[in-house]
Amino acid sequence: MEPLVKHRGIAALMPRINVDTDQIIPKQFMKRTEKCGYGKYLFSNWKYREDGTLNLDFELNREEFKGASILVAGDNFGCGSSREHAPWAISDYGFRVIVSTSFADIFFSNCFKNGILPVTVTAEALKSLSDEIEATPGVSFDVDVEKQELVTPGGTVIPYELDGFRKESLMKGMDDIDRTLKHTDKIYIFEEKQNLKTPWLWKAM
Amino acid sequence: MGQNMYEKIWDAHVIHENTGQTPIVYVDRHLMHEVTSPQAFSGLREKSRKIRRPDFCLATMDHVVPTKDRDKPLADAVARNQLETLASNCKEFGVRCFDMTSEKQGVIHVIAPEQGFVHPGMIVVCGDSHTATHGAFGSLAFGIGTSEVEHVMATQSLQQKRSKTMRVTFEGRLTDGVSAKDLALALIGRIGTAGGTGYVMEFAGDTVGDLSMEGRMTLCNMAIEAGARAGMVAPDEKTVAYLKGREFAPRDREFDQAAAYWNTFTSDEDAVFDTELIIRADEIAPQVTWGTSPEQVTDVTGCVPHPDRQKSDDARKACENALEYMGLEPGTPVTDITIDYVFIGSCTNGRIEDFREAAAMIHGGKVHPNVTAIVVPGSGLVKKQAEEEGLHKLFLEAGFEWREPGCSMCLAMNDDVLQPGQRCASTSNRNFEGRQGQGGRTHLVSPAMAAAAAIAGKFTDIR
Ligand code: SF4
Repeated sequence: MEPLVKHRGIAALMPRINVDTDQIIPKQFMKRTEKCGYGKYLFSNWKYREDGTLNLDFELNREEFKGASILVAGDNFGCGSSREHAPWAISDYGFRVIVSTSFADIFFSNCFKNGILPVTVTAEALKSLSDEIEATPGVSFDVDVEKQELVTPGGTVIPYELDGFRKESLMKGMDDIDRTLKHTDKIYIFEEKQNLKTPWLWKAM
Repeated sequence: MGQNMYEKIWDAHVIHENTGQTPIVYVDRHLMHEVTSPQAFSGLREKSRKIRRPDFCLATMDHVVPTKDRDKPLADAVARNQLETLASNCKEFGVRCFDMTSEKQGVIHVIAPEQGFVHPGMIVVCGDSHTATHGAFGSLAFGIGTSEVEHVMATQSLQQKRSKTMRVTFEGRLTDGVSAKDLALALIGRIGTAGGTGYVMEFAGDTVGDLSMEGRMTLCNMAIEAGARAGMVAPDEKTVAYLKGREFAPRDREFDQAAAYWNTFTSDEDAVFDTELIIRADEIAPQVTWGTSPEQVTDVTGCVPHPDRQKSDDARKACENALEYMGLEPGTPVTDITIDYVFIGSCTNGRIEDFREAAAMIHGGKVHPNVTAIVVPGSGLVKKQAEEEGLHKLFLEAGFEWREPGCSMCLAMNDDVLQPGQRCASTSNRNFEGRQGQGGRTHLVSPAMAAAAAIAGKFTDIR
């Protein structure tokens, strides 16, 4: 995973609420057994019209948002299914940071596992960010993971919360499995205890 | 201070906890299907890792399997590859897998309980959000992403933060024609699809106690649509009776020992929850969704709402978008909405009790000539039992199609797909745009409501 320490990028605005994972990556693209290459299918049902042409009304198709790497979206982003194809598509498309007033639980934790930083902000902060993007479409924001701050050229500084564990994973591009395997001895001890307490669970089935 | 059920299960599973670090908890059951597992198996293979407890895993094929013409080879090569990949992965890593040739195959959340694979007090995970279903057994069951699937495979544990807890107490007797599905939809209508975000919900109260295990599964299944991480119901004598004699349940003396252990996983009298909600269940009417989010729901006696009368600007916009997508006019009575399709099935409502309730609405009637109606059992065993009870005959004689088990039109990854503009009364759990096919319009309802709609060609109040 590519570490994320400091990031500057164009912010794209998608003022929609309850964006669900079925929209982020429509299910017809989920039959593949790979992890990469989902970026071109991101928001595919919105990006294209029924006849296959580009839907110019769709926010991310705006010229100014080309190459954007920060997504600013409405409340409850990433609701719906647990499919990790959603963060895979988001990251493959080029986004590293998503800003919203709230995220669905599973999507939120899936982001960190794929080097994406979800930033939760207040409704006022979202409004001010949105206004700034609308006023100067194509504007770039700075996101500092170490300092836990999002800074705009307009001078807005938005601090955000970040769990220490996840911060470290993001900054080091670290794999959760390696981290847990450091505690293998504790897993053994736990299993021994469980085996005594609930022996019926531990019989070879 | 007493503990609630969630806290008890959590404490019984913590392996490692340090301040400032996400705790690591042990996982007792890992369920798998073909869509969210291949990348995890590849990850293991790349690092030459094994599955720590293959005996704690159960896999099946459900999302992309066809529900008819199973004797013919699968036409969709990508889907075929996904099924073959699961089969060979399971073989390589020693995981038990019920494939399409097995009578035990079906939707993972239907077959795991059916096999007695999930017990009270367990932590159960699956790369699928509707894992919440298993909370009906007094387990802590939740969906995880594919990276976490790989993590559980390799370590039999998960890095997981503690959730907040919410107790939702349903009180009073359900009126005739109202089911667990309506409870779930009414709850989501009230608190919204983000109302449970950050919480694990415990469903309590006499109404929930009165529900069958099937009903409790329907309720917990939909907890995720209310935004909750998981839903759960305390184990009781119904839970214990359901598990007795099932394939993976303990036997004989050990069963009694297990049952005593299971019964310790109920919330203490003086347990405290972060949030409490009490809902009168006897006032709930059959529910029908009108929009593209499960929270956009109303009573069958209600009307399609006016965007102008929504609480906030966001809600107004969401309402406008939904009405446009759904092709509905504000103010239309729900019972004036005509339908083209009916889907009865899914991990929400694909169990035997659901089919009994649906079949009971037929009363010798015929499926409306404008309607295509399919009934898709949640598993091969549900199918078999329904056939033993003669339910399939009732469906077939009325003009419903009787299919093979799978997810089918719940998410339309196989051939069971709505055409653009088609309107469907569906017993599944999500009415998102395109969920049942691009341009398809989904109304979520209970099995009885769906069956009645199939015959009337529109929604009717079944009470
Ligand atoms: S029936 Fe629907 S919700 Fe349930 S597992 Fe299958 S696709 Fe998911």
